[in-house]
Amino acid sequence: MRRFKGTVAHKFAESPLLQLSLPPWRSRLLALLLLASFVVLIGRAFYLQIVNNDFLQEKGESRYRRDIEISASRGRIADRHGDVLAISTPMKSIWAIPPAATLTPEQNRQLAALLETDGKQLARKLDTDKTFVFLRRQIPPEVADQVAALKLPGIGQNKEYRRFYPTGEMTAHMVGFTGVDDTGLEGVELAFHGQLLGQPGSRSVIKDRRGQIVEDVGSIKSPQDGQDIRLALDSKIQFLAYSHLKQAIAEQNAKAGGIVVLDVRTGEILALANWPTYNPNNREKLSGSQLRNRAVTDTFEPGSTLKPFTIALGLEANKVRFDSIINCAPGRLTIGNATIADAHPHGALTVAQVIQKSSNVGAAKISAMLPAQRMWEMFDNVGFGQLPRLGFPGEVSGRLRPWKNWRPIEQATMSYGHGISVSLIQLARAYTVFARDGDLVPLSLTRVDASFLQGGRVFSPQTAREVRAMLEMAVLPGGTAPKAQIPGYRVAGKTGTAHKLQGGRYANKYVSSFVGFAPASEPRLIVAVMIDEPGAGKHYGGEVAAPVFASVMGSSLRTLGIAPDAPLVVAQAPKPPAPKAKL
Amino acid sequence: MVRFNVLLLMVLVVCGLGVVTSQHKARKVFQALEMEQERARQLEVEFGQLQLELSTWGAAPRIEKIAREKLRMRTPDSDRGLAAVAGGGSQR
Repeated sequence: MRRFKGTVAHKFAESPLLQLSLPPWRSRLLALLLLASFVVLIGRAFYLQIVNNDFLQEKGESRYRRDIEISASRGRIADRHGDVLAISTPMKSIWAIPPAATLTPEQNRQLAALLETDGKQLARKLDTDKTFVFLRRQIPPEVADQVAALKLPGIGQNKEYRRFYPTGEMTAHMVGFTGVDDTGLEGVELAFHGQLLGQPGSRSVIKDRRGQIVEDVGSIKSPQDGQDIRLALDSKIQFLAYSHLKQAIAEQNAKAGGIVVLDVRTGEILALANWPTYNPNNREKLSGSQLRNRAVTDTFEPGSTLKPFTIALGLEANKVRFDSIINCAPGRLTIGNATIADAHPHGALTVAQVIQKSSNVGAAKISAMLPAQRMWEMFDNVGFGQLPRLGFPGEVSGRLRPWKNWRPIEQATMSYGHGISVSLIQLARAYTVFARDGDLVPLSLTRVDASFLQGGRVFSPQTAREVRAMLEMAVLPGGTAPKAQIPGYRVAGKTGTAHKLQGGRYANKYVSSFVGFAPASEPRLIVAVMIDEPGAGKHYGGEVAAPVFASVMGSSLRTLGIAPDAPLVVAQAPKPPAPKAKL
Repeated sequence: MVRFNVLLLMVLVVCGLGVVTSQHKARKVFQALEMEQERARQLEVEFGQLQLELSTWGAAPRIEKIAREKLRMRTPDSDRGLAAVAGGGSQR
């Protein structure tokens, strides 16, 4: 220890050798720099979090915020009493992302069993290059839950709606149907597609770790369900019309047919049925002929059902009177080089009898007194040659040629319904002028909440009343359609039997029709029946179509509770007494 | 001064706990609301299905079939009908 004696003991840190003389500004500068960088950091943080915070906000939200679509359902279609004709219920679709869907044979078997398909077929569907395939669409939610419980990789599901039609084929042409992605394809489903369609809504939510929604953020766009459509259709009358038409077509061995029932007061379509038809719930084997809504899309030459219009114009123009005599002998009339003939030759007939006996010659002679232009205007006024504007897909205007090109023979044939073509619905509507006091109401598919609508005037009330009386004679004994009579009600109507045009020539095929209304004292319903190519021997409208009219009209009037205006006994040749009913 | 700070700290803790519980309660209530809304949707769907069922069971063809085949009902002949007259009495 001696060594250190006498020397000054220095600590290392205080070694004078180490003492540096630093200028004081250096430490200050350093402090300042540090402070400045903190300011920069704070400034940047301020900028990112307060001034321009969108980016971070978005990044943060994307980690817990989810946008959910809220589906809206398509509106219901109901009849006038609120009975559902078409309704959507939620179903599920199962889809796969094939590259991600690697299933074990066992899983493949389970899935195929749930989807009711073949295991091989399923494997083939999954073995593609596509990035997305639907495995099965529109399966019941319970089955979809079972599929979800399998927890298969690459298999997912989404919600969609399936449309059901409880009344099936009975209302098929009226209601129509939708495609798999909820777009209307036919009938009312297409005509009112815009109103029926719902607007899906959306909401943003915060989901927690377990996938439960814990909070709504932002605004909710609520879904707009499609509007319900209340049709004018009456299910009971529709059923009566459909079943009687179907039965008649089977009995007459006919090719096709159609029937329309209208409310005289409001122009509502209470029933519209066609045969052949289809089941809208199962459309696997559909043919074009089943799909056609014949009453609206097919035109035919109406035949004698147009005679009342010619006669009414004759009355209106004061060319003839109710009891004027028209000489129809000898049952044929030659105009130019063509001859018009009656099915049964008649002698001298009054104007009323021309309707009652349905004389072509009589109608042609009356039309010869009328200018072509007035006839054209009258046909145009009652809606022939014009679209009915119901919004039905494929509705047609029929054919009414401009009057300037009419030759005399054409005007004559048009007077009894040849050389002009109309659809059944146009024909039924045109008859409103006689069922009402000479005015024409527009037709309506949807329910009208008025008890009476005023229409556009075509004939004077006097003319309409006179034609009504003539039409009543046509269904009484001595007329062409005694089979159109209904016990308890006075009926007015007109038969039509027209040859069909085939390749420009009239073939030996017929369209039998009947249009009429009842009760004749205060008409409430119009029924128009058309039977295409009856093949069981009979072809006259009075034999084929009139009985359908009578059964549909009779039961519809009773269904609506309309008071009878005639005795319950039908005026006809006596029939053998009915056997006593067993109770 | 220290006592005041401790007091403030306690108030702060109480408030913090309050926020936590109210948030928790809000979420519970919100979940209940969600469940009820889901149930309402389910009921809506069920209503639709029941309507569908009603229409199917009440379809006119089915009623007619049962009336004719099972209950052996038929339309009476017209000569067996009686028309009721508003003024009283009836006529054949």
